[in-house]
Amino acid sequence: MELGNQLLQYLLSGLSTGAIYALIGIGFSIIYNATGIINFAQGEFVMLGGMLTLFLMETLKLPLWAAIPLAVLLATLVGLLFERLAIRPLRKASPISLVIITIGGSILIRGLSMLIWDKDTHALPPFSSEEPIMIAGATVLPQHFWILGITVVLIGLNKWFFSHTISGKAMRACSYNPRAAGLVGIDVRRMVLLSFVISAAMGSLAGIIVAPLTMTSYDVGVMLGLKGFCAAIIGGMSSGIPTVIGGLILGVLESLGAGLISSGYKDAIAFVILLLILFIRPQGLFGKPESERV
Amino acid sequence: MKKELIKYAVFALCILLAPLVFSGNYLMNVLVFVGIHTMLAVALNLLLGYAGQISLGHAAFFGLGAYGSGILSTTYNWNPWLAMTVVALVVGGLAFAIGFPILKLKGHYLAMATLGMGIIVYIVFNEWVAITGGPSGFSGIPNLELGPLVFDSDLKNYYLVWSFVLGCVLLSVNLANSRIGRAFRAIHDAEVAARVMGVNARLLKVQVFALSAMICAIAGSLYAHVMTFVAPPSFGFNISVELLTMVVIGGLGSIYGSFLGALLLTLLPEFLRFMHDYDIVFYGGLLMVMTIFMPGGLVRGIPDLFRKITGLKNKKGGAHA
Amino acid sequence: MRFRFTTLTTAALLLLTASLSFAAGTIKIGGLFSVTGPPAFLGEPERNTAKMVVDSINKAGGIKGQKLELVVYDTAGDATKAVQMATKLIKDDKVIAIIGPSTTGESMAVIPVAEREKVPLISCAAGSKITDPVKRYVFKTAQNDGLAVAKIYEYLQKHKQNKVAILTVSDGFGASGREQLKSLAGKFGMQVVVDDTYGPKDTDMTSQLTKIRGSQAQVLIVWGTNPGPAVIAKNAKQLGLKLPLYMSHGVSSKKFIALAGDAAEGVKLPSGKVIVSDVLPKNDPQKGSLLAYVKDYQKHFKAEGDHFGGHAWDGVMLVKAAIEKGGATTEGIRAGLEGLKDFHGIGGTFNFSAGDHAGLNKDAFVMVEIKNKDWVIAK
Repeated sequence: MELGNQLLQYLLSGLSTGAIYALIGIGFSIIYNATGIINFAQGEFVMLGGMLTLFLMETLKLPLWAAIPLAVLLATLVGLLFERLAIRPLRKASPISLVIITIGGSILIRGLSMLIWDKDTHALPPFSSEEPIMIAGATVLPQHFWILGITVVLIGLNKWFFSHTISGKAMRACSYNPRAAGLVGIDVRRMVLLSFVISAAMGSLAGIIVAPLTMTSYDVGVMLGLKGFCAAIIGGMSSGIPTVIGGLILGVLESLGAGLISSGYKDAIAFVILLLILFIRPQGLFGKPESERV
Repeated sequence: MKKELIKYAVFALCILLAPLVFSGNYLMNVLVFVGIHTMLAVALNLLLGYAGQISLGHAAFFGLGAYGSGILSTTYNWNPWLAMTVVALVVGGLAFAIGFPILKLKGHYLAMATLGMGIIVYIVFNEWVAITGGPSGFSGIPNLELGPLVFDSDLKNYYLVWSFVLGCVLLSVNLANSRIGRAFRAIHDAEVAARVMGVNARLLKVQVFALSAMICAIAGSLYAHVMTFVAPPSFGFNISVELLTMVVIGGLGSIYGSFLGALLLTLLPEFLRFMHDYDIVFYGGLLMVMTIFMPGGLVRGIPDLFRKITGLKNKKGGAHA
Repeated sequence: MRFRFTTLTTAALLLLTASLSFAAGTIKIGGLFSVTGPPAFLGEPERNTAKMVVDSINKAGGIKGQKLELVVYDTAGDATKAVQMATKLIKDDKVIAIIGPSTTGESMAVIPVAEREKVPLISCAAGSKITDPVKRYVFKTAQNDGLAVAKIYEYLQKHKQNKVAILTVSDGFGASGREQLKSLAGKFGMQVVVDDTYGPKDTDMTSQLTKIRGSQAQVLIVWGTNPGPAVIAKNAKQLGLKLPLYMSHGVSSKKFIALAGDAAEGVKLPSGKVIVSDVLPKNDPQKGSLLAYVKDYQKHFKAEGDHFGGHAWDGVMLVKAAIEKGGATTEGIRAGLEGLKDFHGIGGTFNFSAGDHAGLNKDAFVMVEIKNKDWVIAK
């Protein structure tokens, strides 16, 4: 098989992994922009999405189409509780305390999931058939189209929400200047809550659409969360297109790295990029430099 | 200063005498690891509590120390003490070099950059099979020797490790009360103001980063020679988080608090054993509850609690009378 | 200030004086399994099995009238914790033998402790270096990876294939398998044309498979534990990879078939005999133990007894046999184990000697194939 086809295959695999990183990355950015918090528990929402869907299907015998929205709803509820019980009491705390509380939250959510379900890996059935589709010498699965399609729809919705709804505009105002936003009558605390709700929902949906391909278990959230964060950093913590591009770049580079260089060091690629960007362009690949605020 | 000296003497005496109570017991072994964790926590606390810089990658320096010592003294037959010294200096130098770009970052970005660094180092431990032995670990590391004395039992290792800890605590206490310590506190409280006052904040931060890394590397060397075996999972992300937890639970900026944090977290599994698999949930919950309700850590939280309880009693007593 | 410090010291000392457990009149053995952490898939069935076997031994009257007591600690897959727990078992619980740990890394970490304290350790991990070179107090029940590799290579030799691609997971299990796959290749006339790895948490291996598809390889050998190999089987099906797929004994449980679904069809692997116990020929010496174990496990845990739990079954039963032979002391168990011959366990038929503390040969494995979501013996 010639190199051209191989490259196409790497590219396609990379794009579908990258789409997931992008969704998780956007979740990170939304919370960061509304609150200034890096939510280390973001990956756990991804895990909850997959595990809850599986639980609803196996225990309550719900069909897939019913289990998915219900799982997203439940994961969102967890996000909401997390904000109310852990983040809100600490709103004025130092970044260090906030990092620690979200880490504590992620350990707690992961631990509870391990106890409620089990330590095993589970597979979710694909949304449609499992017949591979040929594209010019490379193959993809129907599930890949689901992933790309749902990602596009979500990003569109996200864009619409932030630029065309009152709540979305208010959230953007909070991210620019929470004090000023408060002064003009925006309920900042509600916006913070909303940011957790939105990113929990997006994270869990990301977890659901990949689970048929990658399987799921109580501990899938850690690595996915970190990769999503790398995507967000490449995108300069934007909750829009730059982070999507960041995710796609990361996915493709990883896939190319595994295929052409060394699969052992594949995970290192993401973090080397992360460090380089932080050192050289902390405002992200596409952002404009910002002067240090005192 | 005199108060500090008395505190230190009491601490050292407790450490010295502890084996009278626990010798021959399994806790002796745990206390060896408490010692290593104390060193790590104190090192991280210098960075976090004094210079106000977070790190989620300190396990990397610990691991570099452990692997460095292990590989040099086993594969290349170096004298372990020499290996330990060289590795500490190299890791310190390395930290000094990366300190400049990394400490330019702030808050969450710094957390993520150090985390990334930690993971990269972990991946190298795991993948560089020819040198590190890869995922199955590196075994056959010799015990440390001092003349005819071979550090091969829990009791001997206890005194070995704790003499390093005591040295490290003394250094940190002195540092905290020196001119440099005051400069750090100034940076911590208001970096810009400190810079205006002529404190070279950047250099100081990088220096303390390097010192902190060096202490971690020494702790790593000790770990390698005590365990005689090292494997990548002992230096992963969880360990960095655990160290951070020790510092925060003990109390930011308190050297003895770090000891308390290390002691509590190393012994915690002993007390949680009856909970079987539930301990991880408890651990996560504890982390959250502590940050919410005892943001100052145990060193400030316990006396507060004590005062509150005794205060309450007094009030009650008053009501009865 | 001083007041605060004394309160802290008192608090610290209180923490230290943890209560210790003690018991008398019974034979005490220890178990070190990683019931939590990444290797929980090993540790959990091992712990369950060990407890079940000890209970059934006690119900049947114990060993020479003495009750057997099992103290189990969780090591969470962490070498430091494994060493602490091993010390606790020896110093505080005063056990006379230890079964476990579950992984090669943890076992290597615990070996110096066992050797120093002269307590027999029966590891449940597969790495060959645990008992090679032989250590006086260290034995193991899990089949050496080398035996599984030899079984595959022998099978390939019989089917006249010699160009292999290997894809191994980058953890202890995969690293050991990779080492054996490479070092034994020459002996069986095999040629490793692609040598690649994947991470234990990786979710997409199409890149590696695409590379392998472009190579000269005639077969693909995957060395890992769930879920990686299942992802690979699915990816291979997606890519339409024509190479026959071989896996390791790391996936010889129904779990793999459930995860990989249709993609598991036709996969071949060397496996312990547990999973095919019902179709084994009647004259197989292990058949009795195997059937009993599978039935017991099903009854207690409503789950399929697997290969990994079998390592703990062997561990407990070997200790029992050794005590009956050499007496209930550390030295007695050590000597008893070393002299044990023709012990038909779950992992195979054990024959220990002073020069062999692993005790198994490649007949411990059978080549099985997945057909119609079940195991059949491969032809």
